[in-house]
Amino acid sequence: MISYALRRLVTAVPTLFVIITISFFLMRLAPGGPFSQERGLNPTVKENLDRLYRLDEPLWRQYLDYLGNLARGDFGPSYNLPDFTVADLFRVGLPVSVELGAAALTLALLLGTLLGVVAALRQNRPTDYAVTALATAGSTIPTFVVAPLYQLVFALTLAWVPVAGWGGGALVNKIGPVVVLALPQIAIVARLMRASMIEALTSHHVRTARALGLSDLTVIVRHALRGAVLPVVSYAGPAAAALLTGSVVVESVFAIPGVGRYFVDAALNRDYTLVMGTVVVIAVFVIVFNLVVDLLYAVIDPRVRHD
Amino acid sequence: MTRSLFRPLLPALIALALATAPALAAGTWNRGNSADPESLDPHKTSTVYEAHILRDLFEGLVMQDGISDLVPGAAESWTVSDDGTVYTFKIRDDAVWSNGDPVTAGDFVYSLRRLQDPTTGAEYASMLYVVKGAEEVNTGKGKPEDLAVRAIDDKTLEITLKAPTPYFLEMLTHQAAYPVHKPSIDTLGAEWIKPGNLVSNGAFTLTEFVPNDHIKLTKNPKFHAADTVALDVVNYVPTEDRSTAIKRFEAGELDSNDDLPTEQLADLRAKFGDQIKIGPYLGTYYYAVKLDKQPWENAKLRRAISMAIDRDFLAEKVWGNSMIPAYSMVPPGIEGYTPATADYADMTQLDREDAAQAILTELGYGPDKPLKLEIRYNTSENHKNTAVAIQEQLKPLGIDVTMVNTDTKTHYGLLEQKGDFDYARAAWIADYKDPESFLGISRKASGNNYSNYDSPAFEAAMDTAAAAGGDPAKRFEELAKAEKILVDDLANTPLLFYSFHNIVSPKLSGWQENVMDVHPSRYVSKN
Repeated sequence: MISYALRRLVTAVPTLFVIITISFFLMRLAPGGPFSQERGLNPTVKENLDRLYRLDEPLWRQYLDYLGNLARGDFGPSYNLPDFTVADLFRVGLPVSVELGAAALTLALLLGTLLGVVAALRQNRPTDYAVTALATAGSTIPTFVVAPLYQLVFALTLAWVPVAGWGGGALVNKIGPVVVLALPQIAIVARLMRASMIEALTSHHVRTARALGLSDLTVIVRHALRGAVLPVVSYAGPAAAALLTGSVVVESVFAIPGVGRYFVDAALNRDYTLVMGTVVVIAVFVIVFNLVVDLLYAVIDPRVRHD
Repeated sequence: MTRSLFRPLLPALIALALATAPALAAGTWNRGNSADPESLDPHKTSTVYEAHILRDLFEGLVMQDGISDLVPGAAESWTVSDDGTVYTFKIRDDAVWSNGDPVTAGDFVYSLRRLQDPTTGAEYASMLYVVKGAEEVNTGKGKPEDLAVRAIDDKTLEITLKAPTPYFLEMLTHQAAYPVHKPSIDTLGAEWIKPGNLVSNGAFTLTEFVPNDHIKLTKNPKFHAADTVALDVVNYVPTEDRSTAIKRFEAGELDSNDDLPTEQLADLRAKFGDQIKIGPYLGTYYYAVKLDKQPWENAKLRRAISMAIDRDFLAEKVWGNSMIPAYSMVPPGIEGYTPATADYADMTQLDREDAAQAILTELGYGPDKPLKLEIRYNTSENHKNTAVAIQEQLKPLGIDVTMVNTDTKTHYGLLEQKGDFDYARAAWIADYKDPESFLGISRKASGNNYSNYDSPAFEAAMDTAAAAGGDPAKRFEELAKAEKILVDDLANTPLLFYSFHNIVSPKLSGWQENVMDVHPSRYVSKN
């Protein structure tokens, strides 16, 4: 399995290379540039800026330079935030996004699995209907509605938590973002879990286990759940990559200093280096989590073996 | 039982949580600012929300006070030569940097050279091209030493201008003209701007900067007027999400914010009363017109379109009275200057529409030959609503309006490159309190001349005004004549004047409304 993991990591390099290349050139196709703005720049000033950031060089040259710098771990300066390098911005923002995302993911997996299993065991009974209704609501009400509602109820009316802000990482400041991030994920996990659990409960091996006279708990946890959890694991991989790299809506509504906003801001600002940094970070997260999912599959499902 | 135990605990828990937050200390202004600064290096910034912070950190030769009037800053006095080209500043004896170094004339020489140095990449270098030699330095044709800024002695600075520029002092209030600390830049390089490193000469110093979270400024005890500064701390909090900002204000997490969700203005006014501050601001919202494209070459046609636009409707219904109808390029509010308004400003909208219809008929437009007009704007709900309203207003005249919206960078990228368009949304916010700021953007050579306006009469009038530099009243008269030419030519179509919209807690005193919307923290206190 270790050699399999290593092989996968090695093949990730060309994948990353292709992603970087496509993104680099696609981004440059977008009209305007980092210095196009409401107050037009004097042509001399614009030339100076282009020269300073080497935007006046041919595109292929800029591309090769970028690759060269990246290979040395240098993501370059941010065009629109010249006090910071792209690496600086990620060093400050990524831990915040990862922390919130990890908390939300954990919450979603635990609560979602639990709700899904309970619903499956009580199929077509009030508990099941309640879970299904909640799950539907959770996955259909967008975060830009839930987040302000949370602020209105818990911060303004009840005054239990602050409206927004990071507060230096205080726990009360994290509750809202984590809950709002987790809600749709709880809903999706619960629905996935319910469906696969219902299927597992009617499968041959579970029936056999029951026939052998094993206790309910053993049958559910050791035999049904083990197989039923696989769809959730497949979902959790990409979900983790998305959650850990931050959400633009949650971060702007709760004024969280994470990296989620950079996906949108950097692209809109044509902050080329920051866009590329974001692309690389997301790509690495996706590649790593997909690998983790595949490895987990082998652990959970004895039929899957990576040699 | 457990429940009744938990309940009384809750307020205590919350109090604990709040006490650990830095937000509630007295003498701390938690100041909502619509965005994070791009940079804290005064030479690399350009926006209004950066200016707020830099005005607290640095002190230029001259500054703006709480009502945006020009006051002495690092310079205690100055003289201007009879021909209006040589300014001699006397630097205050007690002006010092936050590390104790004296602020010298040499600091300003270094800073103004750095601003023009092409390798600095300063966006506002061009504003100070009025200084002799500046443009040459910035274009790389001259050496920084050639800039006509020199230190006569440690406390005497002489700046020579290319031509008399009566608004030069106003320009010097802009952050681009602030001094920076040479020894820090020499030893620390790019790191000089970081908290802990930044040596500044303003009323406050930089303590913390967490991007997208907050910027904490602390009172500078070495500032020459430190005894008049009431606040100990100013926390600048970026408030990209305006609705959240209002909720944070309501919860007491912010003491003020410099923007409001204008679409909720009526509700906000009802709820917050006079904590909502709205008033005229030096900014113009206009449509640029592609003057070198058929049929927009025709000034009569441009006039008809401008007349048919009901600006009262736009201001009231689209912008909830957060904007003011505009019939001139220069907004009201510059003392001594009377903007030259279009001659149809005093007509009723019905009369204007009749006149517009008559022009269109005269030009042969009608059901058989409909006029097609495309409005381009940068994506925003308000810009869209404005364009839609104009589309509806022009429809009865048989004008078929279509709309294209693109993101800000695409929009201005196109305008910058003189791309193809009919009418395009643009705006101008004053950098300094002078009509020239609004009229200069229509000069042929300006990077902001999106309409590609090229009128010898206008250029001559602007030159005449500049030549009248020594006599402010005469100069404003000449500028008004230039504006009249611009407005009559409909080189662009002014639609609305901006207003500032702030929400300010009654806990703050010393916060004063003004047309530049500047609020230096040194004049504000918190009860």
